[in-house]
Amino acid sequence: MFKNLTKTLLAGSVLLSATAAMAETEVQFWHAFTGRLGELVAEQVETFNSSQSDYKVVASHKGNYSETLNAGIAAFRAGEQPHVLMVFEVGTATMMGAKGAIKPVYEVMSDAGASFDPNAYIGSVKGYYTTTDGEMLSLPFNSSTPVLWTNNDALKAAGIDPSTDLSTWQQVGEALDKLKASGHECPLTTAWQSWIHLENMSAYHNVPFATKDNGFAGLDTELSMNGPVQVKHLQTMGDWAKDGKFIYKGRRNEGGADFRAGSCAMFTESSAGYAGIKKEAQFDFSVRPLPYWEGVEGAPQNTIIGGASLWVMQGHESEEYKGVADFLNFLSSTEIQAKWHQNTGYLPITAAAGDKTRLDGFYEDNPGTDIAVIQMTAKAPTANSKGLRLGSFDQIRGIIDEELEAIWSGDKSAQEAMDSAVERGNKLLRRFEQASR
Amino acid sequence: MEKRVTFRGWGLPLLLVFPQILISGVFFFYPAAQAIWQSLFIPDPFGLSAQFVGLGNFEFLFSDRFYRSSFITTAVFSTLVTLVSMVPALFLAVLADRLIKGAGTYRTMLIWPYAVAPAVAGVLWLFMFNTRVGVVSWYLAQLAYDWNHVLNDGEAMGLVVVASAWGRISYNFLFFFAALQSVPKSVIEAAAIDGARFWKRFFTIVLPLLSPTTFFLLVVNIVYSFFETFGVIHTITAGGPQQATTILVYKVFSDGFVGQDLGSSAAQSVVLLVVVGALTVIQFKYVEKRVHY
Repeated sequence: MFKNLTKTLLAGSVLLSATAAMAETEVQFWHAFTGRLGELVAEQVETFNSSQSDYKVVASHKGNYSETLNAGIAAFRAGEQPHVLMVFEVGTATMMGAKGAIKPVYEVMSDAGASFDPNAYIGSVKGYYTTTDGEMLSLPFNSSTPVLWTNNDALKAAGIDPSTDLSTWQQVGEALDKLKASGHECPLTTAWQSWIHLENMSAYHNVPFATKDNGFAGLDTELSMNGPVQVKHLQTMGDWAKDGKFIYKGRRNEGGADFRAGSCAMFTESSAGYAGIKKEAQFDFSVRPLPYWEGVEGAPQNTIIGGASLWVMQGHESEEYKGVADFLNFLSSTEIQAKWHQNTGYLPITAAAGDKTRLDGFYEDNPGTDIAVIQMTAKAPTANSKGLRLGSFDQIRGIIDEELEAIWSGDKSAQEAMDSAVERGNKLLRRFEQASR
Repeated sequence: MEKRVTFRGWGLPLLLVFPQILISGVFFFYPAAQAIWQSLFIPDPFGLSAQFVGLGNFEFLFSDRFYRSSFITTAVFSTLVTLVSMVPALFLAVLADRLIKGAGTYRTMLIWPYAVAPAVAGVLWLFMFNTRVGVVSWYLAQLAYDWNHVLNDGEAMGLVVVASAWGRISYNFLFFFAALQSVPKSVIEAAAIDGARFWKRFFTIVLPLLSPTTFFLLVVNIVYSFFETFGVIHTITAGGPQQATTILVYKVFSDGFVGQDLGSSAAQSVVLLVVVGALTVIQFKYVEKRVHY
């Protein structure tokens, strides 16, 4: 009897899953997340798949951001592109230029008859991925912004009250003097130097990084980050590097390990560093707004985002695009977004997700986690702080990294280095303009 | 006079060389022609359109002072890699050749590093010299030497050279060792009877007899340092600091696959093709003349 029952059940479930498999339309989703973030993405996909039976999203990890973009491009050339491709913000101009390869998100949504309100998204996040006519081309997925992390135990050891205001670089400079005087080996380090100390630095002080509204208004944009505000900041950082107050660890987030291990006192890094720091830091830490230079007119403006958005690729069936629309709508639903924001330190991309997090009492329990949100949304973005849209930007960042390294090692003055970066970067912008004609 | 085999008719010889021609055609001539064709265009990354620019890509390249200096970087790098991988290999081979006990174990141990993939070797060396957790950099710090290959170009170059040459020593060792074994004992014994000491014998008899092997290894190692060291550079320095370790082939990769600039990347491959072709001609024309077979 019992045996028979199990058999029937088994047969039934096999039958069910077989019909489900036949009816399900597969949606390929390529992303760049590993570790904790990879698990969270897998969980989102799993939740979506089990919430309905029409579509099945298949998520694949394709390496880091650059590698994922390259995999997508190579796949497109071979006619094997996924439905949804994660592209980091730096690749935005490349994707926007590839009109025949992408299907804009607003079009996916309207073709599928899905409800879609672009205004639900936070302005500074949305602005990065929409055309000047307000049409959303890709769906914001993970967005973060740089903040200042401090090791309060290290500050105390150097005789600095951890409640000291460190919201300007002048104040940070004084703290660095004290840390250095107390013999600290790594008073300040940074991750993503170009993103934080040039791109965000420019937006935060309301000075242009590039002409033509940082590239938003046209492909004939030219770099302009060799202005006095940027040069002054970098020269100060260079002097700090010479005095052993700023320790350079590498181009990506190499400094993160040092900070989490407690060997660096201050650390400029993405707000998304939260998950790792919270997990590993064996000391009292706090997150503070990114410092600005007091006396610069308009500062602090707002910071800009880093992270990735989801692009829908051309060349699939309309039935599959319906699944894509469903999946994207699911990802930006309040529940999912609020959870993502709280787990990772990435920004909530919709206002509703931010509100929910506040109502949940998350910010009270985890002080400082709302700083990134406030920093990005306190002021309406200007043409200088809406974001960046530059072609070949991955390569330009490489150039900037090289020139910044020349400042840190004392080979060049900040002005020389930035003049050189502008000259070299402009050549790439002209090539991109030519290729996109 | 060289011995020649003559065939009657064309059928058999053509049939015999056909596989080689086919392989060269598919894996060499076709891609090379593609590269030359692509180097005349600026395509967009997705391959949706391409602008014909004639020699514009080459103009763009040679107006870039970093590209020009990458020739010097490549020359320095490949010379150092070749030297660092051949000299110790020869030295070790000479020592192993004189061993009586445990020679087999010794040889096997020396050959092992060759089995390590370049990228993995890169990561291993990177760990040892890591500025934060590296063993070697820690000892250097004890000696009051501040190791930082992230900012110091000399140290970066030294590190990628050592990491690239390390696994290669095994390969060279293998060839030198085999060559040493085939040096006729009678010649050496005769010299010994005439009163020549070990090093005298080595430089006047053994080394000249090794010259075909040395020449072969020279060519192979230069080609290796040009093309196959890319994994090491990618993992250790990514071409930095300030492009101090960007060799030509690494730039082909980074411009093409990181920067999505396939036109420039193709033009660089064409330049590389010419450079390596010229190098090989020089080697066979001038260096080979001094080789005794």
